Amino acid sequence: MELEAGTWEGIGKLEPIAARDAQPLSFGAAAVESKHLSIFYGRKPAVQDLSLRIPRHRVTAIIGPSGCGKSTFLRAIDRMNDTIPGCRTVGILEVEGEDVYAPDVDPVLLRRKVGLIFQKPNPFPKSIFGNIAFGVQLHYRPSREELGEVVEAALRQAQLWDEVADRLEENALGLSGGQQQRLCIARALAIQPEILLMDEPCSALDPIATAKIETLIAELKQQMTIVLVTHNMQQAARVADFTAFMYLGRLIEYGPTAQIFERPRAELTENYITGRFG
Amino acid sequence: MRLRSLRVRHAKERIFQGAFLAGIAVALGSLAFFLADILAEAWPALRPEILVSFPSFQDPTRAGIAPAIVGSLWLVGMTLLFSLPLGVAAGIYLEEYARRSRLARLLQAGVANLAGVPSVVFGLLGLMLFVRGLDLGPVVLAGALTLTMLVFPYVVITTQEAIRAVPASLRDGSLALGATHWQTVRRQVIPAAAPGLLTAAILAASRAMGETAPLIVIGAVVFMKFLPYGPDSPFIALPVQIYAWTGLPQDEWRSLAAAAIVVFLGILLSVNLGAILLRGKLQRRW
Repeated sequence: MELEAGTWEGIGKLEPIAARDAQPLSFGAAAVESKHLSIFYGRKPAVQDLSLRIPRHRVTAIIGPSGCGKSTFLRAIDRMNDTIPGCRTVGILEVEGEDVYAPDVDPVLLRRKVGLIFQKPNPFPKSIFGNIAFGVQLHYRPSREELGEVVEAALRQAQLWDEVADRLEENALGLSGGQQQRLCIARALAIQPEILLMDEPCSALDPIATAKIETLIAELKQQMTIVLVTHNMQQAARVADFTAFMYLGRLIEYGPTAQIFERPRAELTENYITGRFG
Repeated sequence: MRLRSLRVRHAKERIFQGAFLAGIAVALGSLAFFLADILAEAWPALRPEILVSFPSFQDPTRAGIAPAIVGSLWLVGMTLLFSLPLGVAAGIYLEEYARRSRLARLLQAGVANLAGVPSVVFGLLGLMLFVRGLDLGPVVLAGALTLTMLVFPYVVITTQEAIRAVPASLRDGSLALGATHWQTVRRQVIPAAAPGLLTAAILAASRAMGETAPLIVIGAVVFMKFLPYGPDSPFIALPVQIYAWTGLPQDEWRSLAAAAIVVFLGILLSVNLGAILLRGKLQRRW
């Protein structure tokens, strides 16, 4: 899938703006930083030469059409691509300054610090309480009281407590889609991640449930870094501080959300956000 | 474009539905016929006393199948005791840990071939390995170990299917929270696969209960004046007992054999029913 000139015809000229620039933005320490990162499925590249710095305590959205590599990049950050046979990662990917793919990194520890929310809500087939307790008990041996406190705190943080407080022992699969997704967020929050990755978290939800998740995202960025993959451009415009646009495995443009949406520098970005393709 | 005839489309619908119904009707019909035939044959000998009395070769009206029932229960119980942990462990290993390696493919082929080996061969192997090699003699333990070899591939394959049916989203959700592979297997995959594992148990129990040839080969007896008392006891099993009686010329013995078959089917059905009910309780939806 090496880029050819023809690929771009009718879509826009490739103007290498941020992609060629290892320091696209100036801000303090990065929560996530990739340097010339490429990811392959077998011999097929999904992400190519991606250099990107994601700031702490901000919401960074990654947008782009299906197959542009945005989810692959996201899943690389907590090494969930490890579970995909034939997936190979080259280049450097750092989380809080540490190379995630260094041989001495334990993915189990990494995933405690970096939570991941999936596209389709995937609560475990157990009680609401049990869903959150599961993650906590993977890492800790809490007393009954401690566990109760952690579960309540996580549910409050995910703005789900008021809806489920009196039915914690009910099966989580009985919740609505939006509630299930907030439960999955609560489940991730309960182990206190520093970074929360969200892979199109609202694509299976209705507009009201989506609005709740977006409010939640705005709330959560006070305490953690959020990376949001979305194919919903309005969502990126609403919740993200920074937005990266990817196309065919490459980073095309990256900058403050307002700039990306109002004054895109690359023709390709402009054509995508104005809906001319995608 | 020419329109397809709606009448023909509906006619095909009916024809194929009929064909599928005919398939199940033939299967269930022959089962019903078989049951009716057995019941008719067994009727004269079908008395509660056969459940508690001992076999005999002199008097069919006094002969019973108590040792055979107890022997079969011992065999099935011990076979499950060995084959479930072993087979489930092997299935988990193949599916979760060895997945795409060359070794896994080799083991997989081995297991599949093992499932096709005639049971008599397992009997000979059991005779050589357990009865003679380990010098156990023709006892319950030797029979159960032989049956374990026999049902092992079925348990492995059923376990693998059960594990494969667990949705990837469950596994991913667990791993993303920082669970180790083992924590994921133990806390998510195995509970989610539990109904399938019960299916493995049902299959293993049914197979173990019905096997005759390997037990005869390793030396099950056909005449016993006491109940099998433990792993080191000589044993008799229901199908072996049935086989022995059907070889006798008088009608009374055949009738007794038929009665034993009815009891056998009764035990098999109740064991399976119990397991199916339990599976229904464990069933989850995603």
